[in-house]
Amino acid sequence: MARSRRGFLKGAAAGAAVGAAAAVAPQPAARAQEAVPRNATAQPNTATLAADTGRRPATVASRIVENPGSDFMVDVLKTLDFEYLAANPGSTFEGLHESLINYGDNKMPEFLTCCHEESAVAMAHGYAKIEGKPMIAMMHGTIGMQHASMAIYNAYVDRVPIYMVAGNHADGAERSPGVASLHSAQDIGALVRDYVKWDDQPYSLGHFAESAVRAYDIAMTPPRAPVLIVANYELQAHPNPQRDLRIPKLSRTTPPQGDSGAVAEAARLLVSAARPLIITERTARTPNGTALMIELAETLQAPVSNQERMDFPNRHPLAGTGGTGYQADVVLNLEVNDVSNSARAARARGAKTISITSLNLSHKSNIQEFGHYPEVDLNIGADAEATLPALIEACKRLITADRRRALDERGAKLAEAHKQARARDIELAAVGWDASPVSLARLCAELWPLIKNEDWSLVSWQGFISQWPRRLWTFDKHYQYIGGQGAGGMGYGAPAAVGAALANKKHGRFSVSIQTDGDLNYAPGVLWTAAHHQIPLLTIMHNNRGYHQEVMFIEQQASIRNRGADRAHIGTKLWNPNIDYAKMAQAYGQYAEGPITDPKDLAPAFQRAIAQVKKGEPALIDVVTQPR
Amino acid sequence: MLKFFLLVLLAATVNAQGNAAHGKELFVKYSCYACHGFSGQNGPGARLVPMKIAQAGFIAYVRNPPRPNQMPSYSAKAVPDVEMADIYAYLKTLPDSAPSAKSIPLLNQILTAP
Repeated sequence: MARSRRGFLKGAAAGAAVGAAAAVAPQPAARAQEAVPRNATAQPNTATLAADTGRRPATVASRIVENPGSDFMVDVLKTLDFEYLAANPGSTFEGLHESLINYGDNKMPEFLTCCHEESAVAMAHGYAKIEGKPMIAMMHGTIGMQHASMAIYNAYVDRVPIYMVAGNHADGAERSPGVASLHSAQDIGALVRDYVKWDDQPYSLGHFAESAVRAYDIAMTPPRAPVLIVANYELQAHPNPQRDLRIPKLSRTTPPQGDSGAVAEAARLLVSAARPLIITERTARTPNGTALMIELAETLQAPVSNQERMDFPNRHPLAGTGGTGYQADVVLNLEVNDVSNSARAARARGAKTISITSLNLSHKSNIQEFGHYPEVDLNIGADAEATLPALIEACKRLITADRRRALDERGAKLAEAHKQARARDIELAAVGWDASPVSLARLCAELWPLIKNEDWSLVSWQGFISQWPRRLWTFDKHYQYIGGQGAGGMGYGAPAAVGAALANKKHGRFSVSIQTDGDLNYAPGVLWTAAHHQIPLLTIMHNNRGYHQEVMFIEQQASIRNRGADRAHIGTKLWNPNIDYAKMAQAYGQYAEGPITDPKDLAPAFQRAIAQVKKGEPALIDVVTQPR
Repeated sequence: MLKFFLLVLLAATVNAQGNAAHGKELFVKYSCYACHGFSGQNGPGARLVPMKIAQAGFIAYVRNPPRPNQMPSYSAKAVPDVEMADIYAYLKTLPDSAPSAKSIPLLNQILTAP
């Protein structure tokens, strides 16, 4: 239970600085008499100027608020066991902010200072992918919501739970003109409703309590996704008129499991298949999910293709697609967002496709993230991890001794194919070994021996670095890779890495991010957040000095139109002048070195940065790299 | 296929010398590095080092790549033949930096790790 700080507040309020929460009508009965807005004499421009320069509008404070509604909101949030709350500060939640740091003692949740709402939400995104539960991201009215919107969309498509709280001046009669009006909306959830799973704007504290608990359950039930609770300004600021408001007990919904008949049919198809293939994207919600994936693959002796989050160990003999010539006759897709391409290819060769995903249970109309309609042979609307135990048991029941021998023979061939594929990858890593700029393979190969004996976690996406960690390193733990953005929105990488590193911190893990330059430039202030909150994270810059994917796209367009690619750098490159990321990180308070262009300089610089990270601090090494 | 050979024949008339220094500038100017790496061998595109085909074949390939969705085609209007010869000359100067993995201790450790 939060300890009371009301005595402190009362004393402080007697001084010169009186907070806005103390300025509004303290009792419901007095609200109607508060006809004079807080800054009735201010013109909008003046109010805007006052807000920008830190001066507060004139107030009509007449009494101390002894029991603000936002204290009760903190009581509610504390029941949900949040470790952290990330936010860029804003006046629409100033009451709740004050309650969190004073009444709530800035613990459970602890306030994380962010320089952008997109950073706050993306930090929560990365945190949830490691910790398996949400943290709070708080947004300030219309502007905070719009700043955050891209990060929310990424998390929605990536099926990651984020618990969002937004401040809003809902009551037009109490709202002051100027900034408060500019930052308020009639239906603020509408700004992001297309890509949150659920939102609500409670109009009483009792309603807040119920919706806050409900929102947590909805966010965590597969398909997981961000949820939004609006904390109306007036509800935060006014005294809580009810001393004994009840906070509902969280009652978690169990994940949906596949229909037993459909699961039995899936098992029949898989066990009888000559060349089954398992494709997984987001199956392992928990560490047990990885263990179940291994059990399924070994039961079937089927290869597992896993290029998203760490669902399946990359050095397992069954990791891969089966090698050259392995034409799958049954493809099992587990939590794959869009199976239409693989299903089309399977149909063309007469193969069967099975899909198990909870995504089928939750669709919205506007955003088209669901892709093409999946023409699959068996479409199971369920959470894959929750369904795996039944599927594994069903498969085991069908496997006779003869079938087991055949499966094991297949497994031996798959293991050999895996071994050969790995040898090819390592051979390819030698290409351009001494090149400058540095090859991505060399960068990852130099880094691996320095971290492999740590309890490491890769908290960045591998798509822009040609998957070199997956090809060279050994991934065998659930938290060792968090996958990508979800919706492909840049600006996710740096803050998600910081959020994931924050989650790793209490477990004593060593977090490493191979950070693209274009992504970091969206909101680099998160480097300061990492330094300020002492979040240990090794950031290695993949500095190819541009939005490289777009360079290639413009080249392709120029080719199609029979024009040269000599202008493809316009609007796509980040050079002239080159950006000095070491200086950038140093300015934000991090240890940093670079730019490094000679691959021989990598290992010593990495070692120095690793030493800093082991002290509990973030560090950054800028490496000028080949494009991919 | 006939079209390809005709292009090879046509390209064979280009001056075989080429200006490697100018080719180096063109390799960046035309964003060849984007897919093939500044090294000519690191990236999603084909390895251009060591350059194993003749200049005529190289130019014919760029003019009419077999998979234009992967390698964009560039006509003589987009990249004149003389500049293609310069780029080719530059690529021929690039060192083949692809030793065997076993000869690189770091990669050999990864290769032989259990």
